[in-house]
Amino acid sequence: MKNWWKSGDPWIWLTAASVTLSILAVVGLLFLIAVNGLGHFWPKPVLEADYESSHLIGEIYDQETVAASQLAASGLTFDSDRVTRYLLKTGNRDLFGSDFHWLIADQFKNKQYPKDLMVIERREWGNFYGYLVAVKENGKVISEGKAAWNELQKRLKRTLKIYGWIREIEKSKIGSINASLEDLRLDKRRLELDHDNDPKKLAAIETQKAALLARSEKFNKKLRQLYFAMNRDSLTAKVMDGRVADIPLAKIVHAYRPNAMSLMDKIQFYGMKIWEFLSDDPREANTEGGIFPAIFGTVIMVILMSIIVTPIGVIAAIYLHEYAKQGWLTRTIRIAVNNLAGVPSIVYGVFGLGFFVYFVGSNIDEWFFSTALPAPTFGTPGILWASLTLALLTVPVVIVSTEEGLSRIPRSIREGSLALGATKAETLWRTVLPMASPAMMTGLILAISRAAGEVAPLMLVGVVKLAPSLAIDAQAPFLHLDRQFMHLGFHIYDVGFQSPNVEAGRPLVYATAFLLVAVIIILNLAAIWIRNNLREKYKALETA
Amino acid sequence: MNTNSQKAKRRRKWRMLKDQIAKYSMTLGGISIIIAITLIFFYLLYVVLPLFLPASMNHIVQFSNPDSSIYIASEEKNELGVSFTNDADVVFFSLKDGKVISKYKIAIPDDTSITSFAVADPATDIVAFGLNDGRAVVVKHDYKITYPNDVRVITPHIKYPFGKEAIVVDEKQRALTHLDIQLKGAKNTLAAITADNNLVLATFTKKESFLGESGDFERTYNSVLALPSIYVSYLLLDKEQKIIYLADQNGQITHIDISTKTPKILQRLRVVDVNTKITALEFLTGDISLLVGDSKGHITQWFPVRDKNNNHILTKIREFNDQSAPIISIATEERRKGFVAADNNGQVGIYHSTAHRTVMLEKVTDAGIKNISISPRANRLLVADNNNQFHVWNLDNKHPEISWSALWGKVWYESYESPDYVWQSSSANNDFEPKFSLVPLAFGTLKAAFYAMLIAIPIAVFGAIYTAYFMAPKMRSIVKPSIEIMAALPTVILGFLAGLWLAPIMEKNLPGFFMLLLLLPIIVLVFAFIMHHLPKSIKHKISTGWQSALLIPIILLVIWSAFSLSYPVEVWLFDGNMPNWLTNTLGVDFDQRNALIVGIAMGLAVIPNIFSMAEDAVFSVPKHLTIGSLALGATPWQTMIRVIILTASPGIFSAIMIGMGRAVGETMIVLMATGNTPIMDFNIFEGLRTLSANIAVEMPEAEVASTHYRILFLSGLVLFVFTFFFNTIAEVVRHRLRRKYSSL
Repeated sequence: MKNWWKSGDPWIWLTAASVTLSILAVVGLLFLIAVNGLGHFWPKPVLEADYESSHLIGEIYDQETVAASQLAASGLTFDSDRVTRYLLKTGNRDLFGSDFHWLIADQFKNKQYPKDLMVIERREWGNFYGYLVAVKENGKVISEGKAAWNELQKRLKRTLKIYGWIREIEKSKIGSINASLEDLRLDKRRLELDHDNDPKKLAAIETQKAALLARSEKFNKKLRQLYFAMNRDSLTAKVMDGRVADIPLAKIVHAYRPNAMSLMDKIQFYGMKIWEFLSDDPREANTEGGIFPAIFGTVIMVILMSIIVTPIGVIAAIYLHEYAKQGWLTRTIRIAVNNLAGVPSIVYGVFGLGFFVYFVGSNIDEWFFSTALPAPTFGTPGILWASLTLALLTVPVVIVSTEEGLSRIPRSIREGSLALGATKAETLWRTVLPMASPAMMTGLILAISRAAGEVAPLMLVGVVKLAPSLAIDAQAPFLHLDRQFMHLGFHIYDVGFQSPNVEAGRPLVYATAFLLVAVIIILNLAAIWIRNNLREKYKALETA
Repeated sequence: MNTNSQKAKRRRKWRMLKDQIAKYSMTLGGISIIIAITLIFFYLLYVVLPLFLPASMNHIVQFSNPDSSIYIASEEKNELGVSFTNDADVVFFSLKDGKVISKYKIAIPDDTSITSFAVADPATDIVAFGLNDGRAVVVKHDYKITYPNDVRVITPHIKYPFGKEAIVVDEKQRALTHLDIQLKGAKNTLAAITADNNLVLATFTKKESFLGESGDFERTYNSVLALPSIYVSYLLLDKEQKIIYLADQNGQITHIDISTKTPKILQRLRVVDVNTKITALEFLTGDISLLVGDSKGHITQWFPVRDKNNNHILTKIREFNDQSAPIISIATEERRKGFVAADNNGQVGIYHSTAHRTVMLEKVTDAGIKNISISPRANRLLVADNNNQFHVWNLDNKHPEISWSALWGKVWYESYESPDYVWQSSSANNDFEPKFSLVPLAFGTLKAAFYAMLIAIPIAVFGAIYTAYFMAPKMRSIVKPSIEIMAALPTVILGFLAGLWLAPIMEKNLPGFFMLLLLLPIIVLVFAFIMHHLPKSIKHKISTGWQSALLIPIILLVIWSAFSLSYPVEVWLFDGNMPNWLTNTLGVDFDQRNALIVGIAMGLAVIPNIFSMAEDAVFSVPKHLTIGSLALGATPWQTMIRVIILTASPGIFSAIMIGMGRAVGETMIVLMATGNTPIMDFNIFEGLRTLSANIAVEMPEAEVASTHYRILFLSGLVLFVFTFFFNTIAEVVRHRLRRKYSSL
């Protein structure tokens, strides 16, 4: 025993344990996010049961085991000292007030999973659970009983189609008219600021305005017709306490019967839900629906950032490595640049807000957008400033990586090129840079993966919880650098911590987190793969 | 091929030119990019610097004052001044040249004379004249701004909020020797001292329909208190109309509670030295603090402090002893806790109470000063001296709130029981005293970093040692990248999991976590011991360097059993609820989102950084050192601690520094995993607020160029400098180490 202790073997085991612990933490974290994030979209069975004196319908959302003494405070007593509780999502927030309830598992009686129980995802008030009674058209019953389900699906398809048309008109047609009206208003304001009272110009603006308003009226008329058509159908359904509720089909996104689904149906449904998650707009204060605007915002911001950061980082690296005199100053600069990567990201956010938004932005507004003042155009957080701030944040990564790539290129290659009479610029451009390009690529990928996950600075320079319009759309000038945007990371923070209904939004947060983690891990693996390939290549060159 | 042909020469020239262009453009580009990057530091400094610039004053104009003013003031835009005289004259004049704009005579009832004068809260622009028949006239100086032809014109006039008729304060018609008035909402109180030394209170309540100047007021409350043996020299009524302070000629202050039906003298105490007189008495904005100026030129700040018996005792908070002549007049700023004091020598002092700062002293006139007023925006001073001259001074004093003691020292804030470190920046109104102590935030930052490092250092450094030296190469090629990938994990995800997943679990399984800390090393050692004593035949089948993999099921088992034993232990030792037990038995407060959660989450965030660099340091220790040690008969562990760790320790140190830098500046994890309360308590079960989270929370709301905004920049700068410093040390150490290795 004493010898064993003296040999240091126990210590080795303890160090081994800390590696195990780290690995378990990594794997556990990823597993946790993946299970919670991906599991949410699988259709869960809907339970019907008696509970005390009431009748319940809902999904079991979560479960936990708590001490009976904790529940004693609320006047409950139990035989055992530990109690299992279910978190039951009963939905129907409009009817019952709250849609989540913690209930004692043992007291569920007559548990069953009836096949014709229906779940409706609605545009507002969250999910609805109940039995379909009838389908109505303009208040008259069209179909009842068993046949009603098929009728409902048919009519729901029609309603969804009309809904799509309405969205199309509202978003692109009316949106573009409003944008033109805003332009006219700015034109008029410009005339006012110039003290230009030319009645001809004013009249021209007025005629254009009248024409636009007429067009808008035409679309409004069309919209009214569509709305009328969409609101034609409704359904009635019985909920758990026996009440009958009337739901217009226009408010329904999906209606499905999870207990009746076969495995194939479920897989199909799962695929559809994932697609919806990736491609749809959020609903209900971001706790339902998709995250498309957040994905889009993140991607656009990262692309803008890459466009800014790549030339800056590469030029700085080439200067430092190829042209600067390698003295103490260059060494100091190199260390300083390296250290900038360790400066807290929030500091960059503070700088971005103060310098880009309040200083540069408001000057731009005064020079170029004075007609829109006092409403700021660039003098407010927006996607351009966010990209610039993140470019500044990630430029050390690109510089360090590019320099590393440059220093790995064997001397023999440069000397060969110079000996053949090439100038320094030609050597750089024709031989060195192409060979260093994978290193630049690595740097860029690492920069992107850092930028995609960074949230703190963005909160100051442009991210919002709900952006009314995307940074790229069909209205000139198509790319709107002044707009605020949504971001995956901020979405996680916002829905998880700032939303009114955290419980309802939680699965979506996990799903968003999974997406973000997946993207970042893939990017990092790509960077590692490129780096390893690069090493092999240079090894081959050096030995050759 | 002719290398000297014209064409070849031209081509060569062109190539050389291109080379030069490339050289210069790259150099220019590179240098300007590097300058742009360093701009961050300088821009932060540029925003922060005004906080520490001294204030300045400059003389604008001087003009004569034909009347004998008893009160002067200026309006918001600094265009007009107003002077009230003892003869009930109100003179509005231009602050540019002293030209009289308009003059009003206040309607005083016939056969009466003015015996006293009062100024309500300066922001209301209301004054009152007390008369010798127990009545008073209330007057408001008002300014109407119009823009004829886009030029601003300010038209002054006077209003009578209580009607032109004098209102009765003392029903017994005694002369009012001292008067004060306060208006708040519908409630208006006049307090007066009568000629026979009685305190008289009259409250008028505004009736429902109140149109224009002639108001309908109802006298709702009346009371009288006889004041024996007090020779009152100053009378002050607070804005809430609950407290009266009387200063007398003996240097004493009497503190009277008028919030109940019958006024009650709470306290009477001497506030100046013997043989010193009170020469000025004013409320600081908010009407909580009293400013007492005395004949020695000292100014003291007093406010009621609650003692153990729940009595409010008027207490001296701080003193300002920079002037030497008797203080004649004190004017307080409307929107900050600053004030100006004028003395008999013509000197003016600019002060800030919270920062305990004498911002500046300036002699504005050779004569004694009679009256001083500071404009509503605190950027203009109007001084009336004994030579019948007005002096107008410009005052540039943007950030008086900042002093070393305000940022880093204990400050006695208004209504607090003792000096304290407090961060509370949000202000709902002008009366709020902003509390800008950076100490709780710096403390929170260090606390979070400390607990994170407590968790990260052992795991990361031990892990690095094992991975670099003992682990089988095949396993290492998987383990290292997987831990490094965690460095790229967005912290918002760690914060989210910590706040929403880990925090509730930890609250429910607190004993389980502590048992895990205890059991884990013990079980691992037991397992190691068993492995050691296994028969050789089995032992040889397990190749060395795979201990980590063998431990996976063991550790999972320990985690599972610790957490399933959590509840029984909780029942056995902690009455079934450890958080409650902590609070009730040990008196330790427990928050669900606490420093422990932050420590774990942030520990996880910095482990990869420390691990990766420490592993590099250990791994690159030259092989011949270890081989030599092993050849001399040392065991692998002895080699490890005697040779490798010693050689690699600078590298490990720099890894820890880098981790520390990251923990200090991390924002999202602390933002999400703590309650963000800026408290000063090292308790692991309570929350905290860090500098970085504070910036994230408050920056979007901070008004540009305000003191608050600049202080947030200052905390950004502090973070920048701090992390830059740590990283530089780490970097320098690493470079040294690399050189040392290459020489070994």
